[in-house]
Amino acid sequence: MTNSPPPAEIADEIAAIIDAHKALEGPLLPILHGLQDAFDHIPQAAGPLICDALNISRAELHGVISFYHDFRDAPAGRHILKICRAEACQAVGGKALAEDTLAKLGLDWHGTTPGGAVTIEPVYCLGLCACAPAAMIDDRVIGRMDSARMQSLLEKVGA
Amino acid sequence: MKDFIIPDDRDMGTPAREGAPVTLTIDGFDVTVPEGTSVMRAAAEAGISVPRLCATDSVEAFGSCRLCVVEIEGRRGTPSSCTTPVAPGMVVNTGSSKVRKIRRGVMELYISDHPLDCLTCSANGDCELQDMAGAVGLRDVRYAAPEGGALDNHFEARNTSGDNHRYLPKDESNPYFTYDPSKCIVCSRCVRACEEVQGTFALTIEGRGFDSRVSAGNPFDDFLSSDCVSCGACVQACPTATLQEKSVVELGTPEHSVVTTCAYCGVGCSFKAEMQGDTLVRMVPWKNGKANRGHSCVKGRFAYGYAHHQDRILNPMIRDNITDPWREVSWDEALSFAATRLRGLQEKHGAKSIGVITSSRCTNEETYLVQKLTRAVFGNNNTDTCARVCHSPTGYGLGQTFGTSAGTQDFDSVEHTDVVIVIGANPTDGHPVFASRLKKRLRAGAKLIVIDPRRIDLVKSAHVEAAHHLPLRPGTNVAVVTALAHVIVTEKLYDEDFIRTRCDWEEFQAYAEFVSNPRHSPEMAEELTRVPAAELREAARLFATGGNGAIYYGLGVTEHSQGSTTVMGIANLAMLTGNVGRPGVGVNPLRGQNNVQGSCDMGSFPHELPGYRHVKLPEVRKIFEDAWGVSIDPEPGLRIPNMLDAAVDGTFKGLYCQGEDILQSDPDTKHVAAGLAAMECVIVHDLFLNETANYAHVFLPGSTFLEKDGTFTNAERRINRVRRVMAPRNGYADWEVTQLLANAMGANWTYTHPSQIMDEIAATTPSFAGVTYDLLDEKGSVQWPCNEDHPDGTPLMHVDGFMRGKGRFIVTEYVATDEKTGPRFPLLLTTGRVLSQYNVGAQTRRTANSVWHGEDVLEIHPHDAENRGLNEGDWVKLASRSGETSLRAHVTERVAPGVVYTTFHHPDTQANVVTTDFSDWATNCPEYKVTAVQVSASNGPSEWQEDYAAQAEQARRILPAAE
Repeated sequence: MTNSPPPAEIADEIAAIIDAHKALEGPLLPILHGLQDAFDHIPQAAGPLICDALNISRAELHGVISFYHDFRDAPAGRHILKICRAEACQAVGGKALAEDTLAKLGLDWHGTTPGGAVTIEPVYCLGLCACAPAAMIDDRVIGRMDSARMQSLLEKVGA
Repeated sequence: MKDFIIPDDRDMGTPAREGAPVTLTIDGFDVTVPEGTSVMRAAAEAGISVPRLCATDSVEAFGSCRLCVVEIEGRRGTPSSCTTPVAPGMVVNTGSSKVRKIRRGVMELYISDHPLDCLTCSANGDCELQDMAGAVGLRDVRYAAPEGGALDNHFEARNTSGDNHRYLPKDESNPYFTYDPSKCIVCSRCVRACEEVQGTFALTIEGRGFDSRVSAGNPFDDFLSSDCVSCGACVQACPTATLQEKSVVELGTPEHSVVTTCAYCGVGCSFKAEMQGDTLVRMVPWKNGKANRGHSCVKGRFAYGYAHHQDRILNPMIRDNITDPWREVSWDEALSFAATRLRGLQEKHGAKSIGVITSSRCTNEETYLVQKLTRAVFGNNNTDTCARVCHSPTGYGLGQTFGTSAGTQDFDSVEHTDVVIVIGANPTDGHPVFASRLKKRLRAGAKLIVIDPRRIDLVKSAHVEAAHHLPLRPGTNVAVVTALAHVIVTEKLYDEDFIRTRCDWEEFQAYAEFVSNPRHSPEMAEELTRVPAAELREAARLFATGGNGAIYYGLGVTEHSQGSTTVMGIANLAMLTGNVGRPGVGVNPLRGQNNVQGSCDMGSFPHELPGYRHVKLPEVRKIFEDAWGVSIDPEPGLRIPNMLDAAVDGTFKGLYCQGEDILQSDPDTKHVAAGLAAMECVIVHDLFLNETANYAHVFLPGSTFLEKDGTFTNAERRINRVRRVMAPRNGYADWEVTQLLANAMGANWTYTHPSQIMDEIAATTPSFAGVTYDLLDEKGSVQWPCNEDHPDGTPLMHVDGFMRGKGRFIVTEYVATDEKTGPRFPLLLTTGRVLSQYNVGAQTRRTANSVWHGEDVLEIHPHDAENRGLNEGDWVKLASRSGETSLRAHVTERVAPGVVYTTFHHPDTQANVVTTDFSDWATNCPEYKVTAVQVSASNGPSEWQEDYAAQAEQARRILPAAE
């Protein structure tokens, strides 16, 4: 995180999000979620402001942000596709589905399609083991995924 | 080397607890430990070491390595012994076949991601991972690379599939230790040590699972750019070679160690000097040290390299005039040259024309000998010490109010405090190990009030925030302290019981009437002090009602024209609120130098014989006259400023200055230089050709604390042993040099070991009557008074009554300093120091510590900087009525508008050219903390600085030794 001050309006927005959650018990995660919701990532400029507001060190902040894969340091594509990589899904074709999807998109994990439509992420268990293989597009989970359903999903989101 | 068996300092796995005794059975043995103790520690008490990796007794248990699992009858599973507290009747099995198997499996996983280069590893022989692999009987690692691929790991820079994306190169950015991620087992000990022990929170574990690595700061940081203060706690906690001292990487592991005492600040940390023969491999904080409890800072831990710096002078040198180059000569020649000159001066100008300055960095024994030299051999009382310029008001103020010239507590006391006032001190920089202990207590809930013109780190840093910061205008301490007392008295928050039983009630009433006067109210004071009255009122109420209240103060209190008055005001506050005489309270001066308490105790002042007894008292003189076989002058001698004035007047001609650099450290450099230049025999006894030596005729090489035996007395009156770990490179320990000089002047002293000097101190000085080297070896350390009444020393003073009888309230009227701002000098300069440098920097500037602070800078508020068109990093001229110098500006809101701040660590800046010769009314302690100045843009060093540098270069020439 650099120390150069953020442009004023971004700084104000960040400060407003911090203030909105600061009084909570354990305010850091709500703040980070709030920032990610607003900016689609955690802006570098937020670091010093969060550290100052919560009186924590920048190392601690980095420890927390890096612990959670969902927090990003740059905006993702317009949609985020997550494919479950855990055992139950792998056991019923999840691995092949994942490889197939990556090949279709020409991406590696965490990659974003050139037009910025989709970012693809691995995820370890969506709690849908009974209807594996599972995937998730943005906030919606999908069970019994197969190659064809994936194809139509990708078309729908414009990938 | 004196035999000294290091007492048990095994790692017990988890911290000690205090509580009711609990008995349990471990592997068939009954063990009784305090409630709350972990099963692991209880086992260790019984002599059983449960294997472990993530546990160490400097930090709380964490339970992550799963190596310390045990079986407990009646409980399911295999709980980790580090996180399981003992219970009465518990039956524990630490070595069942089940737990053995688990441990071996866990270890196998650890080793599958660890390089097997043990024989060439810098931690070979000092690696807990290696030890534990042995302890669990690991014989095979079954995890193999998949066919055609490589085993996922962090340690191979390259593998068959190309570069290993997990591999991170060593971070060598810190000058003293390396971070090698490939050796890391992610036990988090370093992270926890940084948080719990040091309190800096500079480290974290980034990522999760197999991706986890230790990270200093954020992804863009390395260790040097992070918040790391290089205290070494992480290196100490690391079980592997991941965090390793560079000296161990270079030299290998040490083979023996000697416990000694750090020679930097007044905290007086105990260290183990770990050695290979007479080579010092590393300094490791000793966990049984009662001042530091196993912690250290960057200075004591790492900054000892000056002992072998090329600038160190190892041969005596003389010259007829200070304009001549130095001539290296034999000890005999140097000493007889010095003796002849001094005697000659005395014959010509009288017995009182020469004197000494004792060193607050040398041992008690050495200081005692130097003052004895002037009293018994020179025949006068012209002795003074650097305490004159730092804590002399403490001695006077606390002596007047309480009856002893020292702090009332031990450092452990901070663990019991509820409200702390820090006034005129910056502990995180000046007394870092104490600061870490204080921050630990603050994180546990104690409240903090900071009274300081600067926003010091304690005001707000990770997990520590002052409840109140009173940013007073420099020079108005007395007004602030009196206003605090005004609130406590007028709001009836004082402790009447305590005052009635422990203090003089009549005096209290007079005092109460004085402080109740509305002119002392916070509202009236605000105009002078610029401290918001409401904030001050809240602070006073908090201190008076918040439980155990302790006051810690530093040179920001004493180095003022009213230094002594503020000390008395602080003592008044403690008495008013009943905060004297038990753990967690008290008045605690944070002494600057390692032995400044000791040098005061040892009679370094011109009016006091050892033990603070006035030289005019015949019964005291008689003790020393009998012991020394001389008669002692009943007239007090000259203080340092008086010596310099007398030198300029032509009546003071010769000076023996041991281990102190008055030219750089004393105020008004030009006046000091003029005084020294007017003398005819200046003897400097030091490690280096310091700034004072530019005006010296005789240079006697000094020895470091590693090269001599003796004792230092720290800020809590603790007498700690200094033990010789190597022979003096200059040939003699400093006490021997003083003895040689005395004998060259006909004294016939015959000490062969410093313990004999301590015996003489004990025989003549009541507060040291019980101190012997044998006692110190047995106890580790003792706090004076140590005598028949207190055979084990005195951790807390004034427990049942004040040393002087009744505590005495003294009226503290604010008198403005004569140093005033005006149109020509509108800003106030105050001075201080930084963590990495120490005092005049003679030692620390000759170590890698300079990477953190390479030059003195001037802190200035953005508002004042903008008015003057100054930007960050600009050269600026700093001018006062006394002189001017140039340095670079640092624009920061740490200082208030109207206040500027700098340090005095570097002779090429010479901040003391600017400071004035105003001083404390009672003790002449100089007013370093308030100087009216002007700051303006500049192109570079001032003319004075250039002249000074040229003169210093001339004065430091050394002729090649004659063959």
